[in-house]
Amino acid sequence: MTVSNHHWRRFKNGFMQTLTCACAMLVVTPLVLVFYHLLHEGFTSLNWAFFTQLPKAVGETGGGMANAIAGTFILLGQAALVGVPVGVLGGVFLSEYGSSRLNWAIRFAADTLNGVPSITWGIVVYALVVVPMHGPSALAGGIVLGMMMIPLVMRTTEEVLQLVPTGYREAALALGIAKWKMIVRIVVRTALKGIVTGALLALARVAGETAPLLFTAFGNLGWAHSLKEPIAAMPLLIFNYAISPYDDWHRQAWAGAFVLLMLVLAINVGVRFLTRDRYRRNS
Amino acid sequence: MPAISPLTPIRASDHTAGTHGTALTARNLSVFFGQHQVLKRVSLDIAARAVTAIIGPSGCGKSTFLRALNRMHELTPEARMEGDIRLFGEDIYARHVEPVVVRRRVGMVFQKSNPFPTMSIAENVTVGLRLNGLRDKTTLTERTEQSLRMAALWDEVKDRLHAPAISLSGGQQQRLCIARALAVQPEVLLMDEPASALDPLATSHIEELILELKRNFSIVIVTHNMQQAARISDFTAFFYLGELVEFGPTNKVFMNPEKRQTEDYVTGRFG
Ligand SMILES: Nc1ncnc2c1ncn2[C@@H]1O[C@H](COP(=O)(O)OP(=O)(O)OP(=O)(O)O)[C@@H](O)[C@H]1O
Ligand SMILES: [Mg+2]
Repeated sequence: MTVSNHHWRRFKNGFMQTLTCACAMLVVTPLVLVFYHLLHEGFTSLNWAFFTQLPKAVGETGGGMANAIAGTFILLGQAALVGVPVGVLGGVFLSEYGSSRLNWAIRFAADTLNGVPSITWGIVVYALVVVPMHGPSALAGGIVLGMMMIPLVMRTTEEVLQLVPTGYREAALALGIAKWKMIVRIVVRTALKGIVTGALLALARVAGETAPLLFTAFGNLGWAHSLKEPIAAMPLLIFNYAISPYDDWHRQAWAGAFVLLMLVLAINVGVRFLTRDRYRRNS
Repeated sequence: MPAISPLTPIRASDHTAGTHGTALTARNLSVFFGQHQVLKRVSLDIAARAVTAIIGPSGCGKSTFLRALNRMHELTPEARMEGDIRLFGEDIYARHVEPVVVRRRVGMVFQKSNPFPTMSIAENVTVGLRLNGLRDKTTLTERTEQSLRMAALWDEVKDRLHAPAISLSGGQQQRLCIARALAVQPEVLLMDEPASALDPLATSHIEELILELKRNFSIVIVTHNMQQAARISDFTAFFYLGELVEFGPTNKVFMNPEKRQTEDYVTGRFG
């Protein structure tokens, strides 16, 4: 073993370490930048009117996003109503029933759907809901976000159910408990935190979606009076404001992006809180 | 007098059943996993209110036999069974018989203790009753105490019935699982190496408990521990490669076996 060989190896080792570290930092940098920028621009643009007032007409300064904030919550509520039950039940089927061949097909479909560009979902719901209803609506917006949640929730549900030891299932069945009761009261109950976590993360994932809402929820400068009317949503309004030529709208777009980020962050913190003692128990 | 103890002399008439009759009869029982035949035409009588031990080398089909006795093997999709099993004369595989009903009458305790982690001690005991529709609070409370007493756990947990079940020690958890199985009032209790994961003290607790339980229940226990089989069982069945090689009163199987293979196995001279 020669000295130069030794140096060369040390160099290679150091080089690899630096390279991997740089790539890892590359992941963190945008988050830090976005965060800093949003905090700087968005937080300073926030005021009471932002939360309480409707958007002003084109060119006027002032006003807020009250309708879009409410709209986002309404859309997310509907999305959860569609996405969580279907996703959870589908996940239960994959984990507890089904045959390996059928499950393979379903898993493949779900994973493919997770990678489908979100605008495609918008087109599908446009055809399925908007056209028959003769116009965009809050309902269509909720459905499209809910449909996007289904494959996400389904796969996470399946994964956390698979973590429940088979011993619990056998113990329950050996007591003469019916299979569906065993699933609901023992298996799902044991994995409940994980299921809720998966649902919340899926919700956070669709909360900022803009493209699928473009021709479903469509946006609304005022309040929507029913789910059949188009509804405002924060991502849509941010998009419209950001591409406008007005400084005040730019300011509000920053503020909107900041609030949206806080919403997603709050969901993620909630998830951390739920899962904090996940590994403490269990044998 | 509960059945025959390993120390009493054997009479020929005791060969197939205890003094309380027969709880389970297996006739020509074969079990297949896909193409692989795991049990080969096993015929065996399980005496009522006695302890029957199943012994044999690893992989010989002891667990498979046990699981066929309460239809648990049906959970394995590729498993297939032939033959006939009767519980006090009733065919448990008859078309109109539901597996859940069989499993309520033939309970099971597993090697790895598995109390439900989301439930308290008391909830674990009554789970079989509650999920089968029993709502009455007083009955549930009564059954909790009764089952925990039978499992010799009452004194240790009576002040913390609402504590999480997983806060118990390993041996206590296993007795909790026995209490949980007893609460649904089965007639037969199947135990698959119930003490193999426990320390000697906890093991002797379980053994004493089994001797106590056989007054009211018919017990089948799988064990790899020859001393344990000799100490607690009235009858012993020796399985080898899916076949029942020898079956009889425990002290005969241990002291004076008919087959060479049995002798080699119980004396530890087995390859
Ligand atoms: N689910 C299954 N699918 C396929 N083969 C199985 C399955 N369960 C058991 N077997 C096979 O059946 C045979 C008997 O297994 P079994 O678990 O009954 O043995 P055992 O006597 O209980 O062994 P041990 O003492 O190790 O617990 C083994 O060859 C095993 O590989
Ligand atoms: Mg076994």
